[in-house]
Amino acid sequence: MGDKKSRPSGDALGREANIEMLKRERRANNAWHKLKRNKIAMAGLFVIVFMVLVAIFAPLLAPYPPNKVNPGQAYLPFGSPGHIFGTDDLGRDLLSRIIYGGRISLIVAVGATFVGATLGILLGLTAGYFGGWLDSLIMRIMDGMFSFPFILMAMILITVIGNGVLNVTFAIGIANVPSFARVVRGQVHIVKREEYCNAGKVIGVSNTRQLFCHILPNTMSQIIVYATLRVADAIISEAFLSFLGLGIALPTASWGSILKTGRECLTTAPHVATIGGVFILVTVLGFNLLGDGIRDIMDPKMKQ
Amino acid sequence: MDERRVVLQVQGVSKDFEIKSKEVFGKKQTLHALTDVNLHIYQGETLGIIGESGCGKSTLGRCMVRLHKPTRGRILCDGEDIFALKGEKQQKLCRDIQMIFQDPYSSLDPRRTAAYSVAEPLRVHGILKNQDAIDERVLELMQEVGLDLQHLSRYPHEFSGGQRQRINIARAIALNPKVIVCDEPVSALDVSIQAQVINLFRRMQREHGLTYVFISHDLGIIKYISDRIAIMYLGRVVELCSAEAIYRSPLHPYTKALLSAIPPESPFDKKERIILAGDIPSPIGEQIGCPLAGRCPSCMERCKKEAPGLKDYKKGHQVACFLYD
Repeated sequence: MGDKKSRPSGDALGREANIEMLKRERRANNAWHKLKRNKIAMAGLFVIVFMVLVAIFAPLLAPYPPNKVNPGQAYLPFGSPGHIFGTDDLGRDLLSRIIYGGRISLIVAVGATFVGATLGILLGLTAGYFGGWLDSLIMRIMDGMFSFPFILMAMILITVIGNGVLNVTFAIGIANVPSFARVVRGQVHIVKREEYCNAGKVIGVSNTRQLFCHILPNTMSQIIVYATLRVADAIISEAFLSFLGLGIALPTASWGSILKTGRECLTTAPHVATIGGVFILVTVLGFNLLGDGIRDIMDPKMKQ
Repeated sequence: MDERRVVLQVQGVSKDFEIKSKEVFGKKQTLHALTDVNLHIYQGETLGIIGESGCGKSTLGRCMVRLHKPTRGRILCDGEDIFALKGEKQQKLCRDIQMIFQDPYSSLDPRRTAAYSVAEPLRVHGILKNQDAIDERVLELMQEVGLDLQHLSRYPHEFSGGQRQRINIARAIALNPKVIVCDEPVSALDVSIQAQVINLFRRMQREHGLTYVFISHDLGIIKYISDRIAIMYLGRVVELCSAEAIYRSPLHPYTKALLSAIPPESPFDKKERIILAGDIPSPIGEQIGCPLAGRCPSCMERCKKEAPGLKDYKKGHQVACFLYD
């Protein structure tokens, strides 16, 4: 294609070889290959995939039905025969409850963060980019929502829309919106003053394109870091709401409700709370590691 | 010179910025960045704009590409007010005036490849629809500015300052503009790279018939590249004439002082320096009299009360000073 050019193309290898080399370089630097080279992020991904698979195949993996009560075998300790993780106050098998509980906890955690991030990003971008009265309007509403503690906010929403997995997800998600909007708006304020945004304006780039092709990608790393934190928070929030009797109705198992049951017998049977807690911890860790990895991948300066 | 076609016309442009007072309920103050600037920019020429920092050079450049809206006055491109146009016509006008920014490091999106940045104007204006055509044109543009195939998929941080400025140039010429406003395009670069980029500017001008508004504080570069030079001081154009004339016979006291700051070519040459006492006055608040009045060696009573306008001294040489009234 460039044969008609009088300028030499400046490579000794010849055009074909050069193109081939470029293709290889591009392939090596696509998202998946970059992720694969990041060992820590892969560990995070592995944890998450593992948890998701366990949740999906819960009926096949769980040794007992999660709500099967057996009062004769209450508070069996960790490692008891037949009940590897022991049993809780009603003699329900903890392993089965953890496996089934993962379904609820993961859906709520990821769903709530997704809802919160999507709405928060849209509002934050709009407020930060256009400024003026629109900014004041959106941010004052967000401040109003901020004035309620996060959990109280979620509680109010659940009282209004009722409980159930989707409603809890939605409620926690909505309660997440103001903080996302804040984070995004702050970043947009920094990015929109950058010279490349001015350059875009001179070229004649439309507002929509400017927002989604230049400003959003440049704020993404902060958003991802924040979102991974919120995933962890959402799991805990769901636990807290269950704890208050507002979340997922008992006896449906979730990691939060296991934690809550465990609290009541913390001195006599510490394994119940420990196991629930460990699963939350590991999953949250998985999300954080993967989040860090994704942020690095999206940063073109990280090539290795 | 006047028989040439005027591409861009700056008519009585002033730009004020409101600055908030430091006190909570204090009065807002006004910063006069530009005061009554009048310029004609002719087809195919290079108009150099020179002045010390804070004199409004960049503000003027940014007004020309519509990044700032002037408080008063109009800017006409081919006879049409660039701020009055809407929709289709405005998009069309966008293509005609492009800008190259001072800082090559921040004027490219760090998350987009060079090819993406150069292709963007083509996509935005729908000049080329199909991806292959865009790729081909991008490569052509890159080769024109001295880059090649292997640079296409690289990110801005992988380039040197000079290379980034080349990408900026490629992006600016992608739309075949009539005028390019260059806002100190080489001041962030090494001296050796400056020469290369300046020569690239000249080549581009020859090949594309471009008109430049070249903003700089470097007297040497301005002398090399410009056909005409406008000297700015505190938001006003104080002298405007051809490049040779300004170095040969400067009129305005400020120009004389400015030119006397160029070091002599030989260290044994004695050169008399005209030192202007004091600092540049503040552009904040009301401006009375000639802006140079407080520092000018030939200041008269009149200079303290009224500001001189830009008047013809002889053909193609304008000066704003009561000495030449």
